[in-house]
Amino acid sequence: MQFKGKAWKFGDDVDTDAIIPARYLNTSDPKVLAQHCMEDADPQFASRVSEGDVIIAGKNFGCGSSREHAPIAIKAAGLSCVIAHSFARIFYRNAFNMGLPILECPEAIEPTATGDEIEVDLDQGVIINHTRNEKYQAQAVPPFMQELLRAGGLMAYVQEQMKEEQGTG
Amino acid sequence: MAMTISEKILAKHADRGELHPDELIEVGVDFALGNDITAPLAIEAFRSAGAKRVFDRERVALIPDHFTPNKDIASAMQAKVLREFAEEHQLPHYYEVGRVGVEHALLPELGLVLPGDVVIGADSHTCTYGALGAFATGVGSTDLAAVMIRGKIWFKVPPTMKFVYRGKRRKWVGGKDLILHTIGQIGVDGARYRAMEFTGEVIESLPMSHRFAMSNMAIEAGAKVGLIAPDSITEAYVKERARRPYEFVHSDPHAQYESVHEWDVSGFEPMVALPHLPENVRPVTEVDEVPIHQVVIGSCTNGRLDDLREAAEVLRNRKVHPRVRCLIIPATQHIYREAMREGLFEIFLEAEAAVSTPTCGPCLGGHMGILAAGERAVATTNRNFVGRMGHPESEVYLSNAAVAAASAVAGTIVHPDKV
Repeated sequence: MQFKGKAWKFGDDVDTDAIIPARYLNTSDPKVLAQHCMEDADPQFASRVSEGDVIIAGKNFGCGSSREHAPIAIKAAGLSCVIAHSFARIFYRNAFNMGLPILECPEAIEPTATGDEIEVDLDQGVIINHTRNEKYQAQAVPPFMQELLRAGGLMAYVQEQMKEEQGTG
Repeated sequence: MAMTISEKILAKHADRGELHPDELIEVGVDFALGNDITAPLAIEAFRSAGAKRVFDRERVALIPDHFTPNKDIASAMQAKVLREFAEEHQLPHYYEVGRVGVEHALLPELGLVLPGDVVIGADSHTCTYGALGAFATGVGSTDLAAVMIRGKIWFKVPPTMKFVYRGKRRKWVGGKDLILHTIGQIGVDGARYRAMEFTGEVIESLPMSHRFAMSNMAIEAGAKVGLIAPDSITEAYVKERARRPYEFVHSDPHAQYESVHEWDVSGFEPMVALPHLPENVRPVTEVDEVPIHQVVIGSCTNGRLDDLREAAEVLRNRKVHPRVRCLIIPATQHIYREAMREGLFEIFLEAEAAVSTPTCGPCLGGHMGILAAGERAVATTNRNFVGRMGHPESEVYLSNAAVAAASAVAGTIVHPDKV
């Protein structure tokens, strides 16, 4: 999987209330959630973001609540990927389960600014910043998570398991 | 091999004799829960996977507590998804308004989550049950759906950080202050991907309500679980409530800890977390004098009977400051009734505070007490992120119930001895 887009830079500890405020959680419609993505951090974000753009953030991205609406909102807003120094653990799980690609890459964060042209090769874990002519190697996705992604996310994986169990049962 | 509580519970649920931090394992789940925000997505995933029934009807709870009593049509539609699913699958642990409470106060109260359990909840504060000695952690809706189907989940075994609290607590210093201090010291990602274990003589004499408040906020340090070894206090709480067998699990004497943090709490004051992160912690007397507009006493952190008693002790024969709205939200119907019987409502109403039916409501900026731009609240809740209780230009300060009540009277953030 490869992506190309503009960088949107955020700081440390971007919490799930910043990604999608709880006042909008009376729905799980991805289109509605997308309109309010990152609203309290940057009210213009959802209207300015283009298909394929990438969020670049500091440490502990996605801290706070367990709401799966957070990766849903980011994905539905058209973002291709989140690259952060580190991720909060529930968000990390949710992103994989929802099929939102995420990469941990401390080296890529500091030099990258909003507006930089970013290219991501997810299979290789390589991030290229074309604006700055730099290349970064991200931490590879753990093998277990690659299996989940190969199956097409957690629900597809569970469906496979159910078929297997029915087959042997 | 010597193991921690967390490792022992996981090993047992993975049918393993021993295991090590960072291993990926699959474990059986004793209890699973979702609420009116997270369960609709889980139910959608459950159906799209073609699942026909839940793994065990007795071990799945659906708790409509966040936007209930339904705040608008959209929330009513979400609550209806839970109700209909519970009817369709004949789930005994669905609790309607009038019976429901804030999930992490309700489930321990009903004896549905127990020591030694693995509990999975589609809510980040599921870690509250660590206070019972259960491995309890929050997940997203899709993970919950998978658990509802298979009764199993995969985990990476977390390394354990040990926290030792020594000395003697002063009056007005409780579990909330200990956990705020801890988060202030290690930061909001200080225990990311880790198990926290709270120990020491202070914890050994800490009432269950205070233990719940501590474990509840383990997630605010990024932790997967926040465990307390079960003891006679746990036994007294659990034995009347448990509906199935339970097991007390303790860390081995030579268990491996990734790090050990030790504090003498004897000099501690009540703590306050300033906007906009739970790690911005200061002793209450070092907080600048700023006017406040709202106080919220409630939530899965501090909406228990002991918290209401503490608030009543401060509010007795006093009035809430004319500028302040003081909202008191007992976390469950049982707590509500007990508070009423003890005469606490008389004190609250005399003080001109408002008492509400159980709901998560204002804690997450849902309803029942939303802040306007420029407004400032003191809350016994767990998060003070930007926009958490309403307008993005509002502010939330986190404290225990006594500080919140005292601040409601003073109109500014004060030590309970100052009113």
